[in-house]
Amino acid sequence: MALLEVTDLKTHFRTDDGIVKAVDGVSFSVEKGQTLGIVGESGSGKSVTCLTIMGLNARVNTISSGEALWKGQDLLKMSSRHLRNIRGDDIAMIFQDPMTSLNPVKSIGAQLIEAILLHRDVSKKQAKARTLELLKAVGIPRAERRVDDYPHQFSGGMRQRVMIAMALINDPDLLIADEPTTALDVTTQAQILNLMSKLQADFGSAIIMITHDLGVIAEIADDVVVMYAARVAEQAPVDNLFRRPHHPYTWGLLGSLPRLDADVERLVQIQGQPPSLLNPPRGCRFHPRCPYVMEICKTTEPELLQVSHDPEHFQRCHLDEETKDREAAKLTHLGDAA
Amino acid sequence: MFRYLIRRLLWACVLFLVITVVTFVIFFMIPVNPAKQACGQRASERCILNAKHTLGLDRPLPIQYLRFMDRLVIHQNLGKSFVTRRSVNTLVLNAAPVTASLVFGGAFFWMLIALPVGILSALKPRSLLDRLAMVFVLIGISAHPVWIGLILSYLIGFKLGWTPITGYCDFFNPSTDCGGPVQWAWHMILPWTTFAILFTALYVRMIRANVMEASHEDYVRTARAKGAPEWIVIRSHILRNALLPVVTMLGMDIGVALGGAIFTESIFSLPGLGSTALDSIQLFDLPVTQGIVVFATFAIIVFNLVVDLLYAVIDPRIRLA
Repeated sequence: MALLEVTDLKTHFRTDDGIVKAVDGVSFSVEKGQTLGIVGESGSGKSVTCLTIMGLNARVNTISSGEALWKGQDLLKMSSRHLRNIRGDDIAMIFQDPMTSLNPVKSIGAQLIEAILLHRDVSKKQAKARTLELLKAVGIPRAERRVDDYPHQFSGGMRQRVMIAMALINDPDLLIADEPTTALDVTTQAQILNLMSKLQADFGSAIIMITHDLGVIAEIADDVVVMYAARVAEQAPVDNLFRRPHHPYTWGLLGSLPRLDADVERLVQIQGQPPSLLNPPRGCRFHPRCPYVMEICKTTEPELLQVSHDPEHFQRCHLDEETKDREAAKLTHLGDAA
Repeated sequence: MFRYLIRRLLWACVLFLVITVVTFVIFFMIPVNPAKQACGQRASERCILNAKHTLGLDRPLPIQYLRFMDRLVIHQNLGKSFVTRRSVNTLVLNAAPVTASLVFGGAFFWMLIALPVGILSALKPRSLLDRLAMVFVLIGISAHPVWIGLILSYLIGFKLGWTPITGYCDFFNPSTDCGGPVQWAWHMILPWTTFAILFTALYVRMIRANVMEASHEDYVRTARAKGAPEWIVIRSHILRNALLPVVTMLGMDIGVALGGAIFTESIFSLPGLGSTALDSIQLFDLPVTQGIVVFATFAIIVFNLVVDLLYAVIDPRIRLA
């Protein structure tokens, strides 16, 4: 049994302008100790997917449906008390902006100790010892002295390390990381990713890595879900995806990666803006931006279908195999590089 | 910390000088001759000259100001009233406890109501309580304290006869014909209510806004993601942050109000700083006006300093240097 099995997850927000379908029928599963990457533009629904799984969306005006089975139990139907016991203990989360995700008026030690005491019946002293252990594990220098410092006394990278320590402090089975490196500078990004890979090996947690950066996916993920406009556009093990991407949106994402080894004049960009989720385009949701658009794309939305020679690979595009082979071949060297 | 304190105290001195100069100058811009007033109607030339000399008005303005500052700083003496010849120190010392009773009692009540109402309406926006609170805020901010005070004293004091209509009773030793804590509180009920309504409205609105803002912060989501139950999220993450600015506001408002809650005091005939100041202005009694302004400035400066120091204690982000 998969650790987390999400089936046909939908999250709709009621707003004054109508219903925003932020997540509209997303399915995936996460195996024990594996890393799932969810990639997509801002507003594609990747963060909302995870907030829904964690039960962290505001209750008012949110409608969720589908299933999110955690070790066989549906997180969406769980009592809030039961869900609270799972949050921060079995499933932990790291957020995008470490500058604002820590409480500014509590010392980081107090915030980490709180995370332990909420789930473990241990003394404050033991909790503090565990806190120090974790701060050292995430590479905070002079942890004994810094444990009583406040968030504003740490740099962005250090704060994200603190967030990671807080997430891992109760040895979670699943760590959800919502763009953990987006707010950090490039060198710090690499450090944080390395740290996460290393800690995953030590702690054995599964990871859901939400990102808009395929470079991050290539580095850390086992499986990839590409989301576009609240739906899954393509889904595959990471090697298969990079070897033979099937969806024009994925091609666009790959083409917009900066590269060192090729002499590219200009980065390819995906034309236009992501669609409004208030009333998404008819037919394929990507068709207004797709350079390969056909008549059928404007009327009929493609199903998420298995790729014929690749049983673990799913894609949602009407294009014929020949065109896909030709177009994807232009990008395959990218996959090799990644 | 020590350097900060010194710097603040120096600034306080500058502020103090500026405010005394301004009140002094404004007073002398008014085309009234206090000496003539002191001699009453149909004053003789001689009397006026005499009065001018006794009041020190025959000297140049800067000298008058310097003499005033000399008395104030060296002898802690605010001078004597032009009108009654009573010591201004005594006047201020008699009036200050009345105003303090009004302000601190009022502050107690407005916080007692504004805290729970503001917090609850922020946590349940658009609920019945929230809507009622917002109606109250609108009325409380719009209605003038004089109107509220008159309505209250007419309905509750006069028609129903539940409370005294006017007057003040000493908390400790009765210098007036009534005294003791019970009589004191009994007489203060209407003034407290009148005084507190505006501030309750302002504070409900401010606390509601702060709590709402804080409850959307990322660290609140982090706390929920940790698995913290709702009451811990509210108490130690939302409120801990949302109420910090309220401390500042409270300190400053109390400081300002100590200068005299003029409207409330006049309606209920409380012999506090506000009504004393009002009387002295009407009589062009410069030393008394000046004395109360000095005292009010002092109160505001002290309360601001206290708030700043307190803030450094409760907010770890602020380090005084």
